[in-house]
Amino acid sequence: MTTLLRPLSTMTSGTARPATPVKIDVQGMNFYYGAKQALSDITIAIHANLVTAFIGPSGCGKSTFLRTLNRMNHIIPGTRVEGRVHIDGQDIYAASTDVVGLRRRVGMVFQKSNPFPKSIFENIAYGLRTNGLTKNRGEMEGRIEESLKAAAIWDEVKDRLTESALMLSGGQQQRLCIARALAIQPEILLMDEPASALDPIATQRIEELIYQLKASYTIVIVTHNMQQAARVSDNTAFFWLGRLVESGATEQIFTSPTEKLTEDYVTGRFG
Amino acid sequence: MAGDRLLQTMSILVLTLSLVALTALLYDIWSDGWSRLDWAFLTSMPSRRASSAGIYPAILGSLYVLLVTATFALPLGIGAAVYLEEYGGGGRIARLIEINIANLAGVPSIIYGLLGLGIFVRAFGWGPSILSGGATLGLLALPVVILSTREALRTVPMSAREGSYALGATKWQTIWHQVLPSALPGILTGLILAMSRAIGETAPLITIGALAYIDFTPSGVMSPFTVLPIQVYNWVSKPQVAFAENAAAGIIVLLVLLLSMNAVAIVLRDRFHKARV
Repeated sequence: MTTLLRPLSTMTSGTARPATPVKIDVQGMNFYYGAKQALSDITIAIHANLVTAFIGPSGCGKSTFLRTLNRMNHIIPGTRVEGRVHIDGQDIYAASTDVVGLRRRVGMVFQKSNPFPKSIFENIAYGLRTNGLTKNRGEMEGRIEESLKAAAIWDEVKDRLTESALMLSGGQQQRLCIARALAIQPEILLMDEPASALDPIATQRIEELIYQLKASYTIVIVTHNMQQAARVSDNTAFFWLGRLVESGATEQIFTSPTEKLTEDYVTGRFG
Repeated sequence: MAGDRLLQTMSILVLTLSLVALTALLYDIWSDGWSRLDWAFLTSMPSRRASSAGIYPAILGSLYVLLVTATFALPLGIGAAVYLEEYGGGGRIARLIEINIANLAGVPSIIYGLLGLGIFVRAFGWGPSILSGGATLGLLALPVVILSTREALRTVPMSAREGSYALGATKWQTIWHQVLPSALPGILTGLILAMSRAIGETAPLITIGALAYIDFTPSGVMSPFTVLPIQVYNWVSKPQVAFAENAAAGIIVLLVLLLSMNAVAIVLRDRFHKARV
């Protein structure tokens, strides 16, 4: 099994990656849904301009953890976080943190593409307007074109920006959602199984896109597809039953994990 | 299998029975009122002579009252529903309000009439005016508007809200730009249904002092008024056959108004559906 995975994992990994600064620093985080503890003692450093993949079986807490990084968990009543999460040295759970400003810096793409039931143009314009990021129509149109290009969907939609976003295919909708997130120029992009509902070709396009985007963004991607993690990520973190079992360089996690549990998972013995 | 067929037969039977009863009623009204229904009937004042009596002030009164009702019930109803659904957060107070609203929806309309008489007519000093009538019917429509708006808000998927929050939108921006527009068809349908209940109400308006006979057109919201069902009620209570025909014709006018409101609701809903998909 490991030999099968090796070619995939060597696809994107250089041997010696230059160390990038730590972007997100999580220390001893516990997370609760009401009385139920969903995450225990998570400690991890996520580096800038790299792709970090969270893998693990369903219900292991990887999506929950992802959502704590832009405080998306906050809109579910009864959730509680302990420990510290620092982004660029700033405690995002401090009482003084502006959640809206945080979410502007930490964009998110969801498992199921969720374009607004509006035109393609309006889908991107929404984030720009609500954050007051553009001064006039011309500037807004420029930003919209820019972000659609960055999400590699411009050529497919440039002649029908006024059409409903719901007319697009699943893969196009997901790239539109990525464009929407990029338009407000975040520093970090969180992706929660962004390709799990897509066909192989659309998935490949998303993965190529992720590869291009990491030059400008810090990307965290949750996936239950291990080949995908191996293909797109620089670092991988393996979650199991609400714990972070192991994290490190992707090729190390896939070829010589230190934990038996990780090895069993990446070689497909369970999960 | 046998059970299925029995149930099916019974359902069809029940449906046919109610349709037959409804058709008979409509036919009866139609045959009584049709001959009286002409342009003069729609545009004349009421009169002691049945043959020259018309329904014009009642039509205007009904429309004015409805307008006030909508102006009153729509913002209050949506506001209350948004609070309960989005901000109330299922606390003790929110639950108490919820139960009370559900109960209010079932309160007999004459109770609302008494409330309107006490508050709008007397305490506020608005008198037996269109404003008082519209506000009273607004109270009556409010629970229905709140309940249907909440229902509509609940159908807006979590993913739409999350998409908005993830772009750095505030809660209010999310509600105003994403949730309410998505829920609008449901809200409008609820409003129009509440309105069609209000348009047929007689008791609360009689309670607050709407007139049964007026020979002038209402001049503004503070004017005394009558509405279609009161006018019909007034004619029905007269012994002459000619007035019974007037009543039937009045009922036809009321029905047409009601059906066109429902038609508008359907068209509106379809429009929004198409515009958004």
